[in-house]
Amino acid sequence: MNSRKNVVTTLGGLIAASVLSAAAPTQVGFVYVSPVGDAGWTFQHDIGRKEMEKAMGGQVTTKFVENVPEGADAERVIRGLVTGGSKIVFTTSFGYMNPTEKVARAFPDKFFFHSTGYKTGPNMGIYNARFYEGRYLCGVIAGKMTKSNIAGYVGAFPIPEVMQGINAFTQGMRSVNPKAEVRVIWVNSWFDPGKEREAALTLISQGADMVTHHTDSTAIVQAAEEKHKENKNLYAFSYHSDMSKYGPTAQLTGTTHHWGAFYTRTVKEVLAGTWKGTNVWGGFKEGMIKLAPLNKAIPANVKAMVEKEQKAIETGKHHPFAGPVVAQDGQVKVPKGRNMTDAELGAMDYYVQGVASTLPKK
Amino acid sequence: MQPSLLSAILFATIVAGTPLIIAAVGELVTEKSGVLNLGTEGIMSMGAVAAFAVTVHTGSPVLGILAGMTAGMAMGLVFAVAALTFMANQVASGLALSIFGVGLSAFIGKPYESQALPSVATWNVPGLHKLPLVGHAFFEHQGLVYFSWALLAAVAWFLYRSRLGLVLRAVGEAPVAAHSVGYNVVRIRYMAVLFGGAMAGVAGAFLSVFHTPLWVEGMVAGRGWIALALVVFATWRPARVMVGAYLFGGCMITQMFVQGSGMHLNIPSQFLSALPYAATIIVLVIISHNKATIRLNSPASLGQPFSPEA
Amino acid sequence: MWLKFEQRPEPSRLMRYLSPLLAVGLMVASGMLLFHLLGKSPAEGFKVFFLNPVQDKYGVAELFLKATPLILCAVGLAVGFRGNIWNIGAEGQLLIGALAGGGLALHFHDTNSMLLLPAMIVAGALGGMFWAAIPAWLRTRFNANEILTSLMLVYIAELIVSWLVHGPWMDPDGFNFPQTRLFQAKATMPILVQGTRVNAGLFIALGALIAGWIFMNRSFMGYQMKVAGQAENAGRYAGFSARRTVWIGMLVGGAMAGIAGVAEISGPVGQITEHISPGYGFAAMIVAFVGRLDPVGIFFSGLLMALLYLGGEQAQQYLALPYSISKVFQGLLLFFLLCSDVFITHRIRWKK
Repeated sequence: MNSRKNVVTTLGGLIAASVLSAAAPTQVGFVYVSPVGDAGWTFQHDIGRKEMEKAMGGQVTTKFVENVPEGADAERVIRGLVTGGSKIVFTTSFGYMNPTEKVARAFPDKFFFHSTGYKTGPNMGIYNARFYEGRYLCGVIAGKMTKSNIAGYVGAFPIPEVMQGINAFTQGMRSVNPKAEVRVIWVNSWFDPGKEREAALTLISQGADMVTHHTDSTAIVQAAEEKHKENKNLYAFSYHSDMSKYGPTAQLTGTTHHWGAFYTRTVKEVLAGTWKGTNVWGGFKEGMIKLAPLNKAIPANVKAMVEKEQKAIETGKHHPFAGPVVAQDGQVKVPKGRNMTDAELGAMDYYVQGVASTLPKK
Repeated sequence: MQPSLLSAILFATIVAGTPLIIAAVGELVTEKSGVLNLGTEGIMSMGAVAAFAVTVHTGSPVLGILAGMTAGMAMGLVFAVAALTFMANQVASGLALSIFGVGLSAFIGKPYESQALPSVATWNVPGLHKLPLVGHAFFEHQGLVYFSWALLAAVAWFLYRSRLGLVLRAVGEAPVAAHSVGYNVVRIRYMAVLFGGAMAGVAGAFLSVFHTPLWVEGMVAGRGWIALALVVFATWRPARVMVGAYLFGGCMITQMFVQGSGMHLNIPSQFLSALPYAATIIVLVIISHNKATIRLNSPASLGQPFSPEA
Repeated sequence: MWLKFEQRPEPSRLMRYLSPLLAVGLMVASGMLLFHLLGKSPAEGFKVFFLNPVQDKYGVAELFLKATPLILCAVGLAVGFRGNIWNIGAEGQLLIGALAGGGLALHFHDTNSMLLLPAMIVAGALGGMFWAAIPAWLRTRFNANEILTSLMLVYIAELIVSWLVHGPWMDPDGFNFPQTRLFQAKATMPILVQGTRVNAGLFIALGALIAGWIFMNRSFMGYQMKVAGQAENAGRYAGFSARRTVWIGMLVGGAMAGIAGVAEISGPVGQITEHISPGYGFAAMIVAFVGRLDPVGIFFSGLLMALLYLGGEQAQQYLALPYSISKVFQGLLLFFLLCSDVFITHRIRWKK
């Protein structure tokens, strides 16, 4: 099985080398799920696109289509990019997985990369980032900074990626503050600023003085900035992007996404014909996630601690889910002495101890 | 329940209900004149984007509200031309306005997507806001919240205590009779539609400039339709609009408080999110159930085109 | 000088046919104006928006694929709209229909029976009817306005889909992502033209158009509904039951929307996700009106609406215009049509 795959990918590489050796710039297409906007998931991917375009000099041109629904329309759009001249296409939302796979099969001489999914092929790679590493550090800061010992977390849907974030944040927070607890509100939407804000205010009024979110707008950082005037110890952690523009005093830091280096590397490999399949899940070490600049309000000793922790995660000395990882109901998910495996991370569907909310029934 | 928590729930409920009240009261006046404008969602979207854009450029939320109001009136005018001058089907024209408004707002709002605005300060009612329990909940709000209450009182007075209000209701009840005694039915309906549009525009401005504060495509998120439901819920009585709006807002806020409190609920979170919509249906059923109340209060000519020569 | 409408002695047949063309013309003209105002060449804009999408076989196939759910929903809605039954919740009926049909596909995911797909279609129709029956019942039993109840049920249907794909129906091998497993071959619509996505769902839509035409023009029930819609009192006088009008109007709309839902999941989507429909149920209302609530008209307006969607995608890629321009065009089209319709019954006189 494995050797066959290698043959196929090498073949793909050869085709790539022959097809792409022409002098004309190669077109690279991007499919976005939401408008690029000014912050958020798609915004970070678009920064990555621009960085890649710049790094590649005149070798590539890029094209993107935003706001593409994750249903039947995606296949036409991806296909349209290919027939419109794109040799490499990046599709940046989970719902594009099956459409991307279908188009990839129909165009074996083109290259497709899908973010956050799990299906690969001879000309289709996948990529994602270990966002939970950043979440863990945010949790450490929250644990040190909180006075109420309550953090509030606004989530969109309880899929593993979001669960990893909540649990990593909780693990980080409890590692420095065993009395701390995390409360979660699900808004059942990736993007509804009104609802996100109401959820954040609800958590704040229930005593949370550290808030963060796994939704796509800046509403929560903005809400914290506003409420910071009443409670000087109220802070927020942004997600996806650095949102300090929206919360200059309230944002302590945030887990930010960085795709530029990955895009550049991947496009280079494809152009050089050396591409051999992609299944990237990168974290701090690969530079795919970073912490947003730390707020001045964070004391120097906490800062130093966070830097040390980050080093430890980068070098693999420490894992945010190092055993023992204990679920809310007391069940030991990872025993002492080993780290959580990637497969276990991918199947996470429980809260760890320290989350005060209960997971809604499925 | 702790008093502070109750106060916080009340506060959030009032904020969530405010855009619904403003839009619903506007629509109520429109419907009292006999015109059904289903375009509220689109008007609110246009009001939201116009208000946001002007506030970004001028830094003045007041000018923003005015811009939202103006955009709302412009949208109302488009509807009025179609439904009143061209006598088009009102349901269809309203739907067209909704689709058009949501689309156009997304289109022209592109450059403003996710820009930052400072939040608008609250205005605490002197003395009253210090009251225990209700002080924070009722008297520490942004200006438009108080405006929504004043609007309710003003519209109630206008409809039932003023001469022009009487004429407006007459036009809604019996346009032919009103026409025959010399009232210009079309002109009065134009004014009612423009007022409804203006208020929906202000409601949109509340969402983008005061509430969130930011502009993104689709941010009205169905609130325009809820406002329409509230008018029926209220059986066309202003005071009941307030009850309905806070009931709906309260439903939404309470489910969040329940989630945040960590209370163990053995039901999927989607069911909690569906609660406000289910509640709206149930309340509509209870209200509509008694045909007499509906017939007594709903304008008799609602949705019927009127032609002066017919 | 001021324009004034004067009632024609009888409705103009000519204008009945001209007014949709006038509306399309006005929409295209204002679209060109819009392109001009945005600093794009109107001719280029026209080409990208209206011609590019259908320049090859694949594009034409996509046009029919996109039009299929629009036509299905619109023809069902037209039956109700003719009787003044304002079902605006076709989107929710589409989703519940998709769940009913899709549930069958998931339950029998290893069957080899040819009957699976037909059974899914029937289940979809029943699911849509069930969801439409709620507002019908609330209207006939409790007098509750069907515009609002059917709309609220859309939000509830969306949340039910969300719950199922995040919960009980989640693909067991799908790494906890919110989607069901992919349907097996027996549960997917046969492709009509190889290399494209256009599938047997198109035939169902065409069949629905024919059935709709017969119902509206050749059946006594269709006639009754039309009369009841045109004048409630006349209908009552002639002994037609208002209750029955509501039930038929809602159920036919629900059934068609439900079938549209099945056609989507067993066609281009191939599974149940949270993104089955990008608002087909709402867009179908425009299709129904622009098509004059008439099956022949709906066929053409369905294709036109589909073209507006595809054109929006093209405009985004080649003109760097936001996708929402599609919605602007859709809204404009309906407005112009509604306004042009006045010329059927009225003519313009200039008054000094």
